[in-house]
Amino acid sequence: MIERVGRGTVRAINAVGRFGHFVGDMVRAVPDVATWGRLTIVQMRRVGVDSLPVALFIAAFTGVVLALQASYTFTGTVPLYFVGTLVGKTMMLELGPVLAGLALAGRVGASMAAELGTMKVTEQVDALETLAYDPQSFLVLPRVIAGTAMFPVIVALAILTGIVTGWVASLVLLDLSTQEFIKGLKLFYRFKDTWFGLFKSATFGFTITLVGCVVGLRTRGGAEGVGRSTTQAVVYSAILLLVLDAFWALVLLR
Amino acid sequence: MIEFQDLHKAFGAKPVLAGLTLEVRDRETLVIIGYSGSGKSVALKHIVGLLHPDAGDVIVDGRAVSTLDGPALTALRREIGFVFQFAALFDSMTVADNVALGLRRRGLAEAEIAERVREALALVDLTGTDERYPAELSGGMRKRVGIARAIALRPRYVLYDEPTTGLDPVTSAVMDRLMVRTREHLGATGVVVTHDMRSAYTVGDRIAMLYEGRIRQVGTVAEIQASEDPVVRQFIEGRPA
Ligand SMILES: Nc1ncnc2c1ncn2[C@@H]1O[C@H](COP(=O)(O)OP(=O)(O)OP(=O)(O)O)[C@@H](O)[C@H]1O
Ligand SMILES: [Mg+2]
Repeated sequence: MIERVGRGTVRAINAVGRFGHFVGDMVRAVPDVATWGRLTIVQMRRVGVDSLPVALFIAAFTGVVLALQASYTFTGTVPLYFVGTLVGKTMMLELGPVLAGLALAGRVGASMAAELGTMKVTEQVDALETLAYDPQSFLVLPRVIAGTAMFPVIVALAILTGIVTGWVASLVLLDLSTQEFIKGLKLFYRFKDTWFGLFKSATFGFTITLVGCVVGLRTRGGAEGVGRSTTQAVVYSAILLLVLDAFWALVLLR
Repeated sequence: MIEFQDLHKAFGAKPVLAGLTLEVRDRETLVIIGYSGSGKSVALKHIVGLLHPDAGDVIVDGRAVSTLDGPALTALRREIGFVFQFAALFDSMTVADNVALGLRRRGLAEAEIAERVREALALVDLTGTDERYPAELSGGMRKRVGIARAIALRPRYVLYDEPTTGLDPVTSAVMDRLMVRTREHLGATGVVVTHDMRSAYTVGDRIAMLYEGRIRQVGTVAEIQASEDPVVRQFIEGRPA
């Protein structure tokens, strides 16, 4: 029993050590802009194309549901224009970043892990090294930078979409006027609502792409290994994302 | 000159190399033969620092590979062309971009790169495949692109990992001819890992047999063909135990 705990601890420490090492190598590759610069543009386009449709789709429906749920909860005791407040705040602070983040983990994180995993097991990563390229600057940095930079943009669009569909739902389904919706939206609004959500999104983008790369480059054992890595990337990044979400709420919202 | 000096490497509890000592002389082609799983690829990867030895080292022109990092390792890798067992072409790039990638890293002018790509593809008889993707090529063609990618850099050493495995006899003979041609063209030192004896006799100056993690016998082609070691005899004659 003690032995098992001990071995588990050692394994965990090793994993953290390897991860730290990985991040260290990544940071060391930053000056190599000549290699990662152009590739980052390619990855940014890919992150955008891969995740924008899903993120917007989810946000659109969430906006409608939030509006309906708010009015259902208020049942006349709270003024109806609070629907605007609730839709705005919830989209900006929580649901925009988190739902888009989970979608991104499923699409972008998984596809990066699968791609790098395939490159790893088919020795393409070794081949890169023998051609004197650093996989960190050729493969990892472009993806991580693209994820970190693009994700706030995607989330901003998702938030906007959610608020718009929430507003339309209020007009059509709740008999709320545009003025009232906007009044609710402005009520309690703080600039922090915006930057908090977007900052959080950047950290999600960073985490998801980094996990995708780490897990992908660690892949072993052929096609089966690639499948395993893909699933792992989704699971790990989704867990980390939720933990990170709670962490930021604790640190920044209190 | 490449020298394996008492190289040890284990994966987990399983020793793969256990005291590999071997010398590759300048301008020769040395063939390493051995059973599947005997550690031939592992040995080759130590030469370019893709794997790190548990003990011992590989010395390339006086440089101990495991002690190199950063620019020194990059410099070493620039002198060595590596032809991978399954070609390891970049799926997302065309044939021409695959061959050009190593050249771009060196900051050559695009005109010079285009010229070198053309030359390398011509040398492996693949002129005109520039714009195709690896998935559209046969296994033999992919291996030839792998060779082109390695030799476009004009390396002093070329390492081939099972260049003929999985190819039909005629395509294998084509690969053998290519390796000989490459050597004449570049004047490079070659290390060829294979378990194809016909290929070994054709391209090798000397042959070394890797067995149980170390060199069982090394000698000229004639010496190996005349070997009286039962392990070597069994392998080169392809007799089941
Ligand atoms: N990165 C690695 N991690 C764990 N084990 C490895 C690794 N690379 C090789 N091995 C193991 O080392 C042993 C030798 O592998 P290697 O690929 O060198 O054999 P080989 O002689 O090239 O065989 P083949 O002719 O089939 O290519 C195998 O048992 C393999 O499973
Ligand atoms: Mg091998």
